[in-house]
Amino acid sequence: MMIVSVQDIRHRYGTHVALDGVSFDVASGECFGLLGPNGSGKSTLFKILTTLLPLTSGRAIVASHDVMTSRADVRRAIGVVFQSPSLDVFLTVRENLLHAGHLYGLTGATLSARIQEAMTALQIADRANSRVKTLSGGLKRRVEIAKCLLHHPALLILDEPSTGLDPLARKELWRHLQQLRQDRGMSILVTTHFMDEAERCDRLGIFDRGRLVALGTPDELKRRIGGECVTIEGDELDALASDVESLLNRKAARIDGLLKLETPDGVAAMTRIMSSLGPRIRSITLGKPTLEDVFVHETGHPFEESPAAGE
Amino acid sequence: MPRIEQTAAIAPQNIEGRPAPGLFWPCWTLTRREVVRFLRQRSRIIGALGTPLIFWLMVGGGLGKSFSVGGDAPDISYMEFTFPGALAAILLFTSIFSMISIIDDRREGFMQGVLVAPVSRLAIVLGKLIGASVLAVAQAGVFMLLAPTAGISLGVANLLATIAAMALVAVAVTGLGFWLAWLMESTQGFHAIMNVVLMPMLILSGAFFPLGGSSGIIRWITYANPMTYAVSLLRHSIYLGRTEPVESVAGPLVALVVTAVFAAAMVGASCRVASRETAKALQ
Repeated sequence: MMIVSVQDIRHRYGTHVALDGVSFDVASGECFGLLGPNGSGKSTLFKILTTLLPLTSGRAIVASHDVMTSRADVRRAIGVVFQSPSLDVFLTVRENLLHAGHLYGLTGATLSARIQEAMTALQIADRANSRVKTLSGGLKRRVEIAKCLLHHPALLILDEPSTGLDPLARKELWRHLQQLRQDRGMSILVTTHFMDEAERCDRLGIFDRGRLVALGTPDELKRRIGGECVTIEGDELDALASDVESLLNRKAARIDGLLKLETPDGVAAMTRIMSSLGPRIRSITLGKPTLEDVFVHETGHPFEESPAAGE
Repeated sequence: MPRIEQTAAIAPQNIEGRPAPGLFWPCWTLTRREVVRFLRQRSRIIGALGTPLIFWLMVGGGLGKSFSVGGDAPDISYMEFTFPGALAAILLFTSIFSMISIIDDRREGFMQGVLVAPVSRLAIVLGKLIGASVLAVAQAGVFMLLAPTAGISLGVANLLATIAAMALVAVAVTGLGFWLAWLMESTQGFHAIMNVVLMPMLILSGAFFPLGGSSGIIRWITYANPMTYAVSLLRHSIYLGRTEPVESVAGPLVALVVTAVFAAAMVGASCRVASRETAKALQ
C-alpha cells in the first residue's frame, strides 16, 4: 500500500520552475527522505503535500486522498512538523497541545489522554507546565512532534527537522522518530539537506533543480557509483585534473578545491596517480562513496545552494 | 497494562468518518490563545493601560485647553467631543497591532500549524477576530473609566449599548487589519499601509473636529469613510436616550447599519484572502 503517490508534479513561481515533472511513491510504513540542496524544489513539494500550496499540474495522493480535491481529509491524515517552530512560546507545553488538539476536533477526556500519550512518547511529560520559551531547541522540536501526533496521523511530514539542533539533539530526535515508526507503524516523509539525516531513511529521492535525479535506498544509491572514490588535494587543480583524467581515462570532478574521481579499483588508481604525479599531490584519500558523491555523480555539480533558488 | 492496549489502538487507521472539528472549538481555542498570550506579555499590558492614560493627559491637559469645538456645538468641551473618537482610536490601534503578528506568524509561527489543520478558514478568521476584538474592547473599556472626567456620565443602558457598539466596531477594524495583514508580505509594508490608510481613516472620521468647518472634499471623504459611521455609532450609544451635545455625522440607524455592513464586509474579505491560496505569501 502506498501512503504517498506523486505523479508528474510541476510547479512554477512566475518564470522560475520549482518542480519539473516529479514522480515517486512512498510505501506505507516507510521512512522516505527528500534530499537536496536549498532551491532544489523539495520545499515546494513539502508545501504541496501538506496542502499549503495548490497543485497546479500533476497528481498527488496522500493517505488515499487527493491533495487537490480532498484537502480536509489529507489534513486529517497527516502531522506536519515545520522547519521554523510553530509553537506559541508564551504558552506552556500542555496549552500548546490543547490548542492543537482542539484544531483537530479533539476535546475533553479524549484529548487529555492523547496529550498524555504524546508527551509520554516524546518524554516531555515532566515539562508539561513549562512555558515553551524556557525549553531548549531539542525539547521544542519534540513538543512540535508531540503536537502532530495527537490526532494519530498515518503520515508524519517533517521539513528539515534537524535545522538548528546540535548533534546530540539530532540523534535524540531520530531515536524518537524510529520509536514512533516501530510502535505505531507510522510513515515518515522528511526533507533534508543533511547527509547523515538522509542516511537514516529507508529510501531517498535526490532532488536537484526541480527534478528527481535519483531514487533508492542509501546503499543502492551508493552502489550505483560502482566502486570507490578517490579524493585528491593538490596545487594547480585544473592542470592536475586533466593530467589525472588522461592518465586514468576517467572523469575527475572538482569539488570545493578538491579533485574527486570514481573508480572500480581505488588502490590501483591511487598507485598509478602517485607514481606518475606524486610530487604535485598534497594528499590522496580513498573512501567508500557517500551520498554527496552520489549527488555529484548524478548531477555533475557540487551539492550546494543553487543560486536560482526561488524559495 | 493499559499502555499496550493504547499502542494497539493508535495504529494508523482509516480516517473516514472522523468528526470534523466544526466551528466552535477552533474559534474558541484561537480566541483563548489570543487572550492568554496577551496577559502573559507585561509590555502589552502596560501599553494597553498606558495608551488611554496618555491620550487623556494629552487631550484633557494639553490640546483640550487650547481648542474649543466652536461652530456646531460651542458648549461641549474638546475632551467630551473627542471621547467617542478616542474609543474608536483605541479599538483601531489595538486591533491593528494584534493583526500585525499574522504576517510573521503564518510564515514561521503558530499559524503554520493552524493552516495545515482540518479547520475551515472561517473558523481561523473568526477565532483571530474575536480574540483581538475581546482585547480591544477590554482596553477601550479601561478608557471608559475616564468618562466622568470628560463630563460624561454613563448609565447602565449607555454602558451596555456602548460595549455592544465597541464590539461591533472592533470586529470591523480587526477584520480590516486581518485582511490587510494577510495581503502583506512584510510588517514594514503593513506600517506603510497604516500611515497611508488607517491614520486618515481615523482623522477624517468626524472624531477630532466637527464637519461644519471643513472643505467640500474633506467632507466627501468623511462621508465615504466607514470609520465615520463607527464613531457616530459610538457617540449615539454613549448618549443613548439623552440629548446629544453635538450632532453626529450619521443618525443612529444609518450608523448601525453601515457599521454592521462594514464589519460583515471585512469578515468576508478576510475569509476570502485566507482561503485564497496561500501560494504567494508562503513561498
